[in-house]
Amino acid sequence: MRIGRFILVLGAVCVALVPLTGATFYVQLVSKIMILAIFAMSLDLLVGSAGLVSLGHAAFFGVAGYGIALLSPKYQAASLWWTLPAVLIVSAALALIVGLLVLRTSGVYFIMVTLAFGQMLYYLFHDTKLGGGSDGIYLYVRPEPSIAGYRLFDLEKPVHFFYFVFVIMLGVYFLLKRILVSPFGHVLAGLRVNEQRMRSLGFPPIPYKLGAFVLAATLTGLAGYLSACQFGFVNPEMLSWHYSATVLMMLILGGVARLHGAILGAFAYVLLQELLASQALFGAIAKHWQLGMGVLIVLSVLLLPNGLASLFDQLSRVRPTQTSQ
Amino acid sequence: MNGWPSEFFIQLLNGIQYGLLLFLLASGLSLIFGIMGVLNLAHGSFYMVGAYLAFWLAREIGNLWLAIPIELAMVLLIGVILESTLFSRLYHRDHLQQVLLSFGLILIFEELRSILFGDDVHSVPVPPLLSASIPLTGTLSYPVYRLFISGACLVVAGLMYVVIQKTRIGMMIRAGSTNREMVQSLGINIKLIYRWVFAIGVTLAALAGLIAAPVSSVYPGMGSQILIICFVVVVVGGIGSIKGAMISALIIGIVDTLGQVVLPEFSGVAVYLLMAVILLWRPQGLFRVA
Repeated sequence: MRIGRFILVLGAVCVALVPLTGATFYVQLVSKIMILAIFAMSLDLLVGSAGLVSLGHAAFFGVAGYGIALLSPKYQAASLWWTLPAVLIVSAALALIVGLLVLRTSGVYFIMVTLAFGQMLYYLFHDTKLGGGSDGIYLYVRPEPSIAGYRLFDLEKPVHFFYFVFVIMLGVYFLLKRILVSPFGHVLAGLRVNEQRMRSLGFPPIPYKLGAFVLAATLTGLAGYLSACQFGFVNPEMLSWHYSATVLMMLILGGVARLHGAILGAFAYVLLQELLASQALFGAIAKHWQLGMGVLIVLSVLLLPNGLASLFDQLSRVRPTQTSQ
Repeated sequence: MNGWPSEFFIQLLNGIQYGLLLFLLASGLSLIFGIMGVLNLAHGSFYMVGAYLAFWLAREIGNLWLAIPIELAMVLLIGVILESTLFSRLYHRDHLQQVLLSFGLILIFEELRSILFGDDVHSVPVPPLLSASIPLTGTLSYPVYRLFISGACLVVAGLMYVVIQKTRIGMMIRAGSTNREMVQSLGINIKLIYRWVFAIGVTLAALAGLIAAPVSSVYPGMGSQILIICFVVVVVGGIGSIKGAMISALIIGIVDTLGQVVLPEFSGVAVYLLMAVILLWRPQGLFRVA
């Protein structure tokens, strides 16, 4: 595993050096990918460790985005220090209510019920005037992190925003890593493998699953907050089940139940999408990039069921034995 | 508000018609899930394929009646090909992989639709034989075609019931869903049964799209929209229960249709709210088959 860790650190350093290229396009692209990586990691807590496949997770992403857009005054910067916690609390509270309902079901029912709840919230924002209907709303000024009138950094600058997201992504990674090896994480893993046995050992499933659901939704809310800050715009599509499925796809592509798999998947998916949609490479067909993406998804399910991270695991497992021989 | 009782009656009929259409779709979804354990998200795409093929064949041939057998044969073939090349490899994997495979198929179908037919809304003409309307009051009338939709759905539902409950093949299908290995060791080719059940399940979805096309017209994203409502029908009715699917499809069809008239702003939410309430009361759906 030492080589695996070395590659991970190397990858993180490479990402951290992206702003040195000076190309704003890449800085913004990688910021977007890192936000999606946070989303995918939080989904991994549900799918990978608790075995709960949610197709409605984007709802929390979208609600958090709408949260910051609605909380901000129109032409002034809101304070980061109170809007961020407020948005996270809203996401967590919503997840608590939704979680209590959806966790009454399991298996395929859970997939369908989370999907339906996600769509309910989608239609709530799409059909009512709550957040500008189907057009969405703008966030004109990004929130400001200032202490006693002194601005620590400026989220309007792409590079500052990049490092802000980078630090948060690493924070989420280490937090989840810690949680997975904690007793709580072990109970979740136990519930995934054999719920009956865990129950007879004295662990009631619902509180643990609910805890995971709320935590995952809160971290997804964090990603949604960051995403709204990056694009300065929110619309109902952020909540749609296509978005949930896309992030789930990133997770599978990267590899479930390994946090670095989620990050790897987010990078691979978005970079592939950029590649397929590039007019320079594919000309007029680039408009139909989803066709290529669909084919790649089907192929990856058939050929790479354990994700990219499994290739990477093999790599880090093979090398030490070679050196020891 | 003079004619509101007849207005209400018309909307109720529309709701029942929509509900029966949902039943046709949901029964295909639940057939595939109940028997093979495959959650096929691309089920809605077959609804879309059915509707677009109806649009295309009606334009090329000029006759919707002639288009029906051609179209059903085409979809049946697509179903057989997809099952044998893709889905048959996933029976032993978990739902996550099936969900992703079918999500990939949704993207492929949507983009093929966009390449072949563009992103515009197209209308499909109602066949001349059924284009009449039945007058109800002086100003209101009810189109015969909508009654035809309800009738066709009921006929298909009846046929399905007879095949599954009363025939030898139906017995094999039911046995196969309970114990695959046992059925196989009795000398029945379960793989062949799976292949045809899958193909017939998706053909039912395409049939729903075909007969709905003249009423709903064909438009991008029509598959995804109806897929989610189908999920609600299956969840509310209880997986594996045909009776439950029928009753919940009718409830949801009526709630959705009347909701659009009474509370247009919240009509999208109404169905999901109903589902939430029913799940609170009965987490396994209205009619759960143990």
